[in-house]
This record gives sequence, C-alpha cells and structure tokens, in this order.
Amino acid sequence: MAKVFIYPSTSLILSDMVARYGHTPLSSAVAIRERIQTAGFESPPLQITPEEPKKGLKWAAVEVPSGVRGRMALYGPMIEACEAAIIINDADFAFGCMGCARTNELITFLVRQKNIPKLDLFYPKSEEEGVRFVAAIKRFLAGLGGSK
Amino acid sequence: MTDYIPARVGSVTKYVVVESFDVTPADLAARAYEISQGAMIKETCFGLVINGQPEEVDRLIAELRSVDPDHIFIKDRGFPPGDSRRCRANLGGARPGYHGMEYEMTIIPYVSHGLEILKDNDENKIAAPENPLAHRVLDISRLKKIIDAEES
Repeated sequence: MAKVFIYPSTSLILSDMVARYGHTPLSSAVAIRERIQTAGFESPPLQITPEEPKKGLKWAAVEVPSGVRGRMALYGPMIEACEAAIIINDADFAFGCMGCARTNELITFLVRQKNIPKLDLFYPKSEEEGVRFVAAIKRFLAGLGGSK
Repeated sequence: MTDYIPARVGSVTKYVVVESFDVTPADLAARAYEISQGAMIKETCFGLVINGQPEEVDRLIAELRSVDPDHIFIKDRGFPPGDSRRCRANLGGARPGYHGMEYEMTIIPYVSHGLEILKDNDENKIAAPENPLAHRVLDISRLKKIIDAEES
C-alpha cells in the first residue's frame, strides 16, 4: 500500500480513486486533522500557530512570505512521505490568494523534483475522457504494487 | 492565548458523496444508521459526513460504497461534523472547501461513467489520456475561432 500525494490536495475524485484502488491518499484533510486534534494554544480556525512558518523554513527560504511557509508546514511532510503522486494540471479551483498560488507552484515543483512515479492529468471533459482518466489512474496505481 | 483542548481525538471524519440516479443521501443515511455501531452520521445535501473510530468508519464506508460503487465517492475531512470553525451555520455562506467539491461534482458523472466501463474492460487496452506536460501545438480550428472572436 503506497502513500500517494494528490494535487489538488483537497480533490474528492483523486482521494477516492487512490483509496478505491487500495492505496493511501495524502490529502490536506489529513494534515489539518492532525493539527486540530493536537492540544496547544487556541489558534482558530485551522490551528495554524506561529510555529508553522518556522517549520516551513525546511522547504521555503526565509524571505518567502510566511503564508507560503505556513502552508508548506502542512504539505512539506506529506511530499517527503509520499511514494507516488498524481497531479491534475487544470484545477482552476486550486487557485487562490498569492499565498495559495505560490504554495501550489512550490508543491508541484517539489513533487516533480522527487524521484517517484508521477501521473499528470487533466480533468475529463467528456465521458470518453472520463474512461481514459479512470483507466490511467487504475493503471498507474496497479503499477505501484502492494495495494490493499 | 488560551489553551486549546481538542475534541474527539483519535477519530476520523469522512465525506460520503452520492452522485446517483438510484440512491439518495437519505437512502444512504438510513442504511448507515442501520449498520452503525457508534459512529456519528450527519446527512447533508450531497451525501453524508461520518465521524468515529478509524476501524468503525472504514467498515461503514466499505458497506456504504457497496450500495452503488460507481456513484459513491469518499474523501477525508479534517474537522468533525458541525464543528463551529467550519460549519456554515456559524459562518454564513458556503462552507470553506465546498466550492472545490461543487466543481468536482460537475466532473464526477464522467468519472462514474469511466468506472462503469472499466468494470467490463481491461484498463491496459484503453488509450492514455492527453499528457499535460507534452508540448501542445495550437489547433488550426482553435486559431480560427480566436481570430473570429477578435473584435474588429
């Protein structure tokens, strides 16, 4: 059972596909859950504390805005832990403020730098593309081996 | 700064999204209540939110997925159901994160179709989708559309 990083990391479709074919999806919900279930200082809504931008220094330089470093404290450990990745390239809804946009660029850059199996896709826009989309993901995940 | 004492530590929360002509969220909720052994189940407009111990939630979603495997989609959620930091009852407007799910709901019918077709077909015999990293040449018909759309 491989740990598969998904981008967009909130994607319902990718999260479901990875779990459906027997692997573990690494999504932002897992990182957020870890924080909101850990005792500490009250920092609503996501329990992101001033410690997170410090942790983010591992993946982004000190002159990078704290918003990017704070986000990287969530995604960085998952990128390090992942054994494969699926990236959707036309996920417009992943676009957000500059913090989100720059973090997204850094996430895809770090994933592409890593020497792991990667699958790049577009969202399907028709039923025919849907078949190819699902087949590509199924093939990719079967190739990782060790599915549950 | 005040101390933060987390609730429901060790539990997991999952969304169960239904996109089916045969199964409604209410049907799925009734089935979930029948087989639940202590998990918290909340019915929503798009499906269910289930919170409980990981083994119990895994068992429940495996059962629920079998109701209509090609049209039920599941993903993790960070917050428990009804959490005041995320629930739209407290915030007003859509829940943060709903827009992403709403967008993917428009694509899910194509994915469901793909899952149905792949039940009877070998995935290795199906052509690969378009590679986003490949250099794409501008199609002549698209170029013509751009020229035609240009205001004179």
